[in-house]
Amino acid sequence: MAGSVRVTMTVNGAQQSAEVEPRLLLVHFLRETLGLTGTHVGCDTSNCGACTVHLNGEAIKSCTLLAAQADGAEITTIEGMGQEGALHPLQEAFWEHHGLQCGYCTPGMIMASADLLERNPKPNEEEVREALAGNLCRCTGYHNIVKAVLAASEAS
Amino acid sequence: MIPAEFDYVAPQSLDEALQALAQGGEDAKILAGGHSLIPLMKLRMSQPSLLVDLRQLQDLKSVNADNGQIRLGAMVTHHRVATGNFGLASAAAATIADQQVRNMGTIGGTLAHGDPASDMPAVLLALEGSVVIRGSSGEREVAANDLFEDFLTTAVGEGEILTEVRFPRLEGYGYGYEKFNRRQEDWAMVAVSALVKKAADGTCEDVRIGLTHMGSVPLRATAAEQALRGQPLTAESIASAASHAAEGTEPPADLNASQDYKRHLARVLTRRALTTASE
Repeated sequence: MAGSVRVTMTVNGAQQSAEVEPRLLLVHFLRETLGLTGTHVGCDTSNCGACTVHLNGEAIKSCTLLAAQADGAEITTIEGMGQEGALHPLQEAFWEHHGLQCGYCTPGMIMASADLLERNPKPNEEEVREALAGNLCRCTGYHNIVKAVLAASEAS
Repeated sequence: MIPAEFDYVAPQSLDEALQALAQGGEDAKILAGGHSLIPLMKLRMSQPSLLVDLRQLQDLKSVNADNGQIRLGAMVTHHRVATGNFGLASAAAATIADQQVRNMGTIGGTLAHGDPASDMPAVLLALEGSVVIRGSSGEREVAANDLFEDFLTTAVGEGEILTEVRFPRLEGYGYGYEKFNRRQEDWAMVAVSALVKKAADGTCEDVRIGLTHMGSVPLRATAAEQALRGQPLTAESIASAASHAAEGTEPPADLNASQDYKRHLARVLTRRALTTASE
């Protein structure tokens, strides 16, 4: 039993293909198979949102998805959001408004925020807080994170 | 946490999926969004030998809202239900867990899982909806009332697939959804679905109340419904009806809430949901 499955997906615009165990989680495929360690494993129970990436443009928790389920999909991780010197407006805003302390939750916060701004480009504070309900930060108390998302929505 | 080993297939058609399930035997499981199943597998509380992933079955992702009847393919996500303008069902789906979970979790998955703490079972019960179940010998429609048999146990049998969810639009009904939990992502300690149809003279022509997590299956608050039907929709009559909301229930107690506290929550949330539904 438990053979392998071939998965092929587009990750940050580049096609990736690998033979994987069916039980391999997407977050481990990204971090270990592809070396994209910007996506973090936090709680590993679909609560904390540190592992948030985009699957076909929607934010999902990659610790609760098999890599096999993402076969044929387009995945975007924090590495696909911007580069040094050309940051994504959300990355700029998190920097400018100090929307982090330790930074562990930040990739997930940015990916969840990007999903919100895609659906609702001008959210109010309550909508930002609601959209980030699935992302836990144990440092900041969320105030600067919310400020950063609101600033990014105004900048775009 | 890593699940135990399993085999995986993602069939292209429903017939192929049924075939794969049949070959996989009793330890084969269907994978929809995976947001109940994969956490259980990571905890090794579920160890299927084969997962049959329905993600490629486009027919199961269709939404049809013609003729006052809403028909949702089993693979329609909570996000699509939440944003689909389906009244009570949308209001409840919008409270499920968080955005990321709603982007993956599906209406068919949550109903087939049959967790009495999850939102949609009692909603479907209050809407008097149904599901379509396909097996190797054909298709059958099962009313919500007959779907939920026990804790995590539904009428979806071995080798069968829940393919569609149906419920009436219920024009002319107001609705309210009230859920109590400690954190937004949590399951409901108790939740209440209310549907109220107001007669021309302002009295209650029809009322339906669904209770979440007040038993091992979703329940209707029939005593409260009976107390309100035909009555004027005043704050007093609603409060009086809501006081019957927990009658006859044996809610499962847990770390968050004792039986008595859950019964208290059911009464308070019923009053609030009925008030919203009557506005």
